[in-house]
Amino acid sequence: MKTGLNFRDILARYGILIVLIGLSVVFAIATSGQFFSIENIFNILKQVAVVGIISVGMTMVLLTGGIDLSVGSIAGVGCVVTASLLLKGVNVWLVILAVLAISTLIGLLNGFFINVMQIPPLITTLAMMTSIRGVAYLITGGLPIFGFKSDILVLGQGYVGFLPVPVIVMVAVFIVGIVFVQNTRYGRYMYGVGGNEEATRLSGISVKKIKYIVYSISGLLAGLAGMVMLARINSGTPKMGQGYEMDVITAVVLGGVSISGGEGKLGFVIVGVLIMGVLTNGLILLNVQEYVQWVIKGMALIAAVGFDRFIQQRKVKAVAA
Amino acid sequence: MDETILSFDHITKLFPGVRALDDVSMQFRKGEIHAIVGENGAGKSTLIKILSGAYQPTEGTIRVLGSTFTAHSHYTPHESLAMGISVIYQEFNLIPYLSVAENIFYGREAVKGGFVDRKHMAGETRRLCREMGIELDPRTKVKELSVAYQQIVEIVKSLSRDVKIVVMDEPTAPLTNKEIESLFGIVRKMKARGVTVLYISHRLEEVFQICDRVSVMRDGKYITTRNTSEVGIKELIGFMIGRELSQDYPQAAGGAAEVVLSVRGLTTEKIKDVSFQLHRGEILGLGGLVGSGRSETVRALFGADRLKSGQIAILGKDCRIASPADAIRHSLGLLPEDRKRHGLVIGMQVKENITYGILKLLSRFGLVSAAQQKRISLELKDSLKIKTPKITQLTRNLSGGNQQKVVLAKWLATKCDILIFDEPTRGIDVGTKQEIYGLMRELTRQGKSIVMISSEMPELIGMSDRILIMHEGRVNGILARDDFSQERILEIASGTTANMGASR
Repeated sequence: MKTGLNFRDILARYGILIVLIGLSVVFAIATSGQFFSIENIFNILKQVAVVGIISVGMTMVLLTGGIDLSVGSIAGVGCVVTASLLLKGVNVWLVILAVLAISTLIGLLNGFFINVMQIPPLITTLAMMTSIRGVAYLITGGLPIFGFKSDILVLGQGYVGFLPVPVIVMVAVFIVGIVFVQNTRYGRYMYGVGGNEEATRLSGISVKKIKYIVYSISGLLAGLAGMVMLARINSGTPKMGQGYEMDVITAVVLGGVSISGGEGKLGFVIVGVLIMGVLTNGLILLNVQEYVQWVIKGMALIAAVGFDRFIQQRKVKAVAA
Repeated sequence: MDETILSFDHITKLFPGVRALDDVSMQFRKGEIHAIVGENGAGKSTLIKILSGAYQPTEGTIRVLGSTFTAHSHYTPHESLAMGISVIYQEFNLIPYLSVAENIFYGREAVKGGFVDRKHMAGETRRLCREMGIELDPRTKVKELSVAYQQIVEIVKSLSRDVKIVVMDEPTAPLTNKEIESLFGIVRKMKARGVTVLYISHRLEEVFQICDRVSVMRDGKYITTRNTSEVGIKELIGFMIGRELSQDYPQAAGGAAEVVLSVRGLTTEKIKDVSFQLHRGEILGLGGLVGSGRSETVRALFGADRLKSGQIAILGKDCRIASPADAIRHSLGLLPEDRKRHGLVIGMQVKENITYGILKLLSRFGLVSAAQQKRISLELKDSLKIKTPKITQLTRNLSGGNQQKVVLAKWLATKCDILIFDEPTRGIDVGTKQEIYGLMRELTRQGKSIVMISSEMPELIGMSDRILIMHEGRVNGILARDDFSQERILEIASGTTANMGASR
């Protein structure tokens, strides 16, 4: 890979970084510098923390060639469960453990349907997305839960020095995630399952185990993100996290993870996450209507996947030679 | 009939960093069967893709059926098809759930009053089949057909387009001997109709059987064209690899007495009551027609398919093998027939594939040791002479033979004792084939034992110490080395006789 970097290779590897810088410059000019204020930059980082945390799990799922549409709903459930338990006065650490356990369990359930019942990930997690959202509404009776005071708010609003806690959590999740994906065998198997599932099985590796792992991690991180979300706004409503799967998947694919699995680097996903953050922040600064933002985000996903396909096709042609 | 119908003039094709075709000129006549042979990477596929319009040449001219195209003509696949050029690839382009007739007329359906005219298409299909002497019901769904018949559908499809030039890429690879005979019949009938057939095959015996002329390519260059009646197989191989090559097989070592693997009454969906023993240092060949249950036997042995009944004992100890992981734990390794689909993750680096089965051993505190990974990969790369500029190369960039070596390296890394080779040299060029044979012998000398499935008769006879022959899911005979003969094996494989003599 190191020899003969041509234009396309450079585009494939760093194109996304160029997009991030370009987008930032455009917004900086359009907002006459307001965009580049320290305050706004931290704002962006805080805003992307939730999507960033979830995207680490999503990257692992996509690497195996799967997809997880249920992350937004899991975050939502994590959010309301945290809120209702705290309101009942349960110890904050117990609450955190409980929520992480529940969200991991939902991920495991995804893995069960995919592994044992052989239901495609798209359908499994689509069904789970709806069911789990239903659970979130059932827990709260459809109403927001608020009025609790707890240390958990640190997770969303606290600072260590000048660094916001949610940003620290996101960075920590990314670091652990990168080490896990790049340097442990389970991480390497994720690439193998996505690249060639049958060859992986015939190499004596339990493909099912890998799938259980990635969907569990995805669930776990979605639950964690749900708590961060709750801590930021101090109130748990059942519709929280709705549509997040969209932002997360877009960020991950923008970060160069192939939707067909087996390819991509978690490190670059940070850039994808930042692009989504910059896009949202910039559009808000420019007072662009929310509905228009949806249109733009949808197109961003199409563009990201289209670019991925373009690169893949070129690769196939080069190989056929 | 000496009219030239297709000529490549000074065709050069460059890819970034690669000269895939280098000043290639070749002529093809109307109504001839013309083989193109060469090792993998010789440029055959690239040349075909230029003919089919999939690639544009960097330089040169193609004259075909009265038209002339240069590098700047933007000759498209559509034009190629319209002129009557048809390429039948190894992977067929058929729609499984449509009928034979619908597939043949796909994209140009006969229409009557706005509706598809099934009757007309079926009639036309029947007529074409009759002309070729084929029995085929136009209403059958393609997914219900065997590979051989699917191929026939592809051929009829091209004939229905009034084809002038047909390119066949390894057409006999998936076929049994009988099917090959009928394919040759069809090819000869096409020739009689004045169709030019470009025939690409690794099986040189076939080239002599069916082709009028043969052109050789090597390293992107055109080497020579000969009449098949005036050239010998050794000479041809010499042209292909640029040196004379002995087609001898390395000397057999013969197995020791110790039984390393004993299989009793193996039964699955596809095979019945398969029993055999494998001795240390032995190569046990599995012969039989395609579909006779050879691959199914090794899949069952390797835990890839569910076992209904039967026992497997390794080194005298009964063991339960319910998954590939179990098999590997009992020191088995499988080199599958389709290495790209089942043997390798081609998008991963060479070193990652080599160490894929032993990452657990290379991990400390959960982290894979990059240094160890590198050391082991380099060792195996050197000892197997895997040709790759570096071990971080993506495996998809290696040639077929070197990919096979990577699969072998993966199993050697696991230190497995019993290796199962399913078609060890399929699609591998002549030079690398010899290396693979040498490696297999070397492994048996080190005390490893090998089960080898092979559809290539010379390979089966040349490499095996004993040959077990299957027929319709059962073991129909076992031959010792002294009894090997092509006729004998074919008789047993086709079920006409049985021989259980050398079962030991």
